[in-house]
Amino acid sequence: MGFFLETLIGGLMTGVLYSLVALGFVLIYKASSVFNFAQGVMVLFAALAMARFSEWIPQWTGIESKVLANVLAFMVAAVLMLILAWLVERLALRHLVSQPEATLLMATIGIGFFLEGFGQSVFGSNVYNIDIGMPKDPLFVAQGLFEGGILIDSQELVAALIATLLVAALVLFFQKTSTGRALRAVADDHQAAQSVGIPLARMWVIVWFVAGLSALVAGMVWGSKLGVQFSISTLALRALPVVILGGLTSVPGAIVAGLIVGAGEKLSEIYLGPFVGGGIEVWFAYVLALLVLLVRPQGLFGEKIIDRV
Amino acid sequence: MIYRENGQFKTSYRSDQQIFPIAQDRWVMLALLLVAFVVVPLTASSYVFSAILIPVVILALAALGTNILIGYCGQISLGSGAFMAVGAYGAWNVIMRVPGMPLIGALLLGGVFAAIFGVLFGLPSLRVKGLYLAVTTLAAQFFADWMFYRVKWLTMDSPSISVTAPDVSVFGIALDSYASKYLFCLTLLVLLALACKNLVRSAIGREWMAIRDMDVAAAVIGIRPTYAKLTAFAVSSFIIGVAGALWGFFYLGSWEPAAFGLDMSLELLFMVIIGGLGSIMGNFIGAAFMVVLPILIRLGLPALGSVLGMQLGTAEAAHLELMLFGVLIVWFLIVEPHGLARLWSTGKQKLRLWPFPH
Amino acid sequence: MKPIHTLLATLAVAAGMTAAPAVAQEQYAPIFSYRTGPYAPNGIPVANGTADYLKLVNAKGGINGVKFKIEECEFAFDTAKGIECYERMKGQNGGAAIVQSISTGVTAALLKKAPEDKISLIIAGYGTPAAADGRVFKWVFPMIPNYFVAADVMMQSVGEKAGGLDKLKGKKINYVYMDAPFGHEFMPVFDAYAAKYGFTLNKLAVTAPGLDQKSTWLQVRRDQPDYLLYVGYGVMNPTALKEAQAVGYPRDKMYGFWWAGSESDVKGVEEASKGYNAVALQASANRDAKVIKDVQETLYAKGQGTAQDAKTVGDVLYVRGLITGMLTAETVRIAQEKFGKGKPITGEQAQWALENFELTPERIEELGFTGIIQPMKTTCAQHMGSYAARMSVWDGKEWKINSDWYEGNREIIDPLIKQFAEKYAADNKIEQRQCAN
Repeated sequence: MGFFLETLIGGLMTGVLYSLVALGFVLIYKASSVFNFAQGVMVLFAALAMARFSEWIPQWTGIESKVLANVLAFMVAAVLMLILAWLVERLALRHLVSQPEATLLMATIGIGFFLEGFGQSVFGSNVYNIDIGMPKDPLFVAQGLFEGGILIDSQELVAALIATLLVAALVLFFQKTSTGRALRAVADDHQAAQSVGIPLARMWVIVWFVAGLSALVAGMVWGSKLGVQFSISTLALRALPVVILGGLTSVPGAIVAGLIVGAGEKLSEIYLGPFVGGGIEVWFAYVLALLVLLVRPQGLFGEKIIDRV
Repeated sequence: MIYRENGQFKTSYRSDQQIFPIAQDRWVMLALLLVAFVVVPLTASSYVFSAILIPVVILALAALGTNILIGYCGQISLGSGAFMAVGAYGAWNVIMRVPGMPLIGALLLGGVFAAIFGVLFGLPSLRVKGLYLAVTTLAAQFFADWMFYRVKWLTMDSPSISVTAPDVSVFGIALDSYASKYLFCLTLLVLLALACKNLVRSAIGREWMAIRDMDVAAAVIGIRPTYAKLTAFAVSSFIIGVAGALWGFFYLGSWEPAAFGLDMSLELLFMVIIGGLGSIMGNFIGAAFMVVLPILIRLGLPALGSVLGMQLGTAEAAHLELMLFGVLIVWFLIVEPHGLARLWSTGKQKLRLWPFPH
Repeated sequence: MKPIHTLLATLAVAAGMTAAPAVAQEQYAPIFSYRTGPYAPNGIPVANGTADYLKLVNAKGGINGVKFKIEECEFAFDTAKGIECYERMKGQNGGAAIVQSISTGVTAALLKKAPEDKISLIIAGYGTPAAADGRVFKWVFPMIPNYFVAADVMMQSVGEKAGGLDKLKGKKINYVYMDAPFGHEFMPVFDAYAAKYGFTLNKLAVTAPGLDQKSTWLQVRRDQPDYLLYVGYGVMNPTALKEAQAVGYPRDKMYGFWWAGSESDVKGVEEASKGYNAVALQASANRDAKVIKDVQETLYAKGQGTAQDAKTVGDVLYVRGLITGMLTAETVRIAQEKFGKGKPITGEQAQWALENFELTPERIEELGFTGIIQPMKTTCAQHMGSYAARMSVWDGKEWKINSDWYEGNREIIDPLIKQFAEKYAADNKIEQRQCAN
């Protein structure tokens, strides 16, 4: 029982990070019907920028405080993501309006290639570290209840907290600010939004920037845990089942589905894996999502798909 | 002027329904085939064969299969790499386990296995649509990777999971030189492309296209979506499976599951989109584009660097290659979202009027 | 000088050059590198070391006057790209005689192609362990210990720690591995040990690239194994060490291998990896060896080194790259001694040289590799010249050798090599060569 809880908690905390990446997908899809395959590379790019600038800034300016260096690096990375968002809108999206989904998907893969090459040629392709001072040693709780207690990865706990904060901030942003409201309007109906004077192009920049920010936070959290390196971009693939399970257009869906997928894949790996030789969690997450889709083709929280002829 | 159809009268339904109704097209096609079958094998160097011609031909075949599914039936799939893997391992198992199995038989059986696998993973398409389906097809990708690592029977207990293709021959001719491998793959490609061209002009092809354009409307006029979608999955995976077997046998020679990873699926998706969705011709152009462009960039960059007086390291070149590649893809999508095949037909249209445009 | 004179002078020089006998000939040395992609942190030092060694040979006048024409081909550890590299490079600049792909995947693809092209493959420390059997793999040469030896030395070292291999009876050992060919190649040896000494071996697969190992390490925590054998690569390694820390598994009970025992494998977990053990193919992080000093003086002092950061010279994987370069250079030298000095060698000559390869302690001393590698000798049937490897341990700052040389247990390794080689021969209808010895 103790072990089951341990697995569950570990899975849920991984799930929060999946939610974070999934949010990036959902935000962009909602606002512009673009399925952004480059989200993973954006995570890599943002994390690389943050890692390298937190290393460079003290060298350039002589700042000694680590916290300050990290904050500055985060801000520089955020600015880079803003520039990226603007460039993407200006150079690519603007010219691809009303293309089929597959073409847009392909364009984002192209953007991904570019970022992959650009990021690595500017920032290098080695392993880099982000040190935001996360605790690393394990935490044991409920030792009275179970033998050996329940292990909680303290680093993941902090990561999950950061992710939760960001998600909460995003929800507030979408519900309470006028920009957020405008974004929701764009998501509902492009033409209607445009006709009441919402500048579509600016909204796209904002939404790509917000997705970039969530990529940056995901990159920072993951990077400080795993080190920043090329492979971090593949983590986004783990978030894809989350996106479809929750529904491509639903923010709460991404959050709930993240938790389900995170817990589901860990539990399946540990309890089902040994019977078939292990290593099943990657595809199991997809199968899990698929099973739900067979019942609800629009995902758990997605808008119902209505076909009109 | 050069390319005009005046005076070419069609006097029977048969002649009206030819694949190439215009005489010039037929000549061009014949000339192309002649070049591909005779001139190229006589002139190509072994590097051109092994690094360009053979991959282009095999990938064009895989793209053809992918295009049937995505371009003709409108079901976006990111699992093509898995279908290739099933085809490759399937054909390999057949040829290794069944004594005296001819190569063609093994390839076809590999295709059949891929078709079965494809239909299984195509089942969700009856319920799930669009991007949701695209993501669920990734399940096929990751499942296939896992399966070939874990089920030792499929790799005949190979200690390192990688398998090596045996020496093969067809009709008593050993396929050991690059030219023979190329000609064999090319023959298969031409035959299958011809079959596909006819298939998409037939009733079933029209059903696929109806489903692609508007599935509800298609169902209303009496097209069975189940049948249409699953046949598309079957035909598409069959062709991709055969291509996978060719890729394993004639390009890689020896492979592990990672050789058919997600990158391969994405690459195939690229080829059909860059080449042109719903175009047979597009597959060839798309495959050639995707194989040749990176090589050109790779070879061209150092030359460009030396002209500019810069010494490019291999790592910088590789990064630049990625960047350039990404930019070119986005640029092509913006300039010609319907693919390079559309450029071809626009060109034909222009030639028709040349030199006296309206 | 007037322009016309310049022209005439140039012509005269050019004519003189063509007339002069034996213009310095070059031996083409292609290098397969992966400085980009998921395994770049490991690929960069290896490529630097390889290129530097060949440059060093060139700086010293080449091999009997034959200099290396060095060319790198970047393949990002992608098999299809690696094949393209091979096809492109094999015929260039007089043709490649020796190829070292530094990738198990590319090696697998070349096992068949290289013999057809008459090019020798050196696979030092990776890929296809069965290739040690020269009767079946005429053109493939592991030279230094392969994965079977690595697995064997890992077991021997575990046994030593337990106070004797027979003490392992009834113990629990977990094997955490990357779900890739090399992860599977260790298994036959571990299985053999498990059967012989009666411990339970629980295998835990990690899907490549191995960034998410949460569930694997939760299982480790549940099982609380007595020892943990670990085979991963690239970014999987630091991640595994971080996860081990996160579940509180003692690092000194973890045993890795040479691709999981370099500086980049503990990057970011320097403190937490203290005590982690890895089989070393050579003296890790050797900065005192003569060859390292040579490289520093001859190349880096003049700014001709390949590595951007001269501090990395002498790192584990850099030394590993030096060995790669040295094997190529020595092969050329041995072949030249037999087939004529001062001429570039062909693939067939390289094959002969690799089959009659001998590194004596004196020669190792001359090359400056003392303390890095052990003497080795190959024959027609035996393509692995040495079964020796050592254990190294991470002390929080650098890799330290903490054992004497282990000799791989031939009673376990040789039958496995033979069995798999014969299976390969049967599957691929290869006729085994008869070797005199």
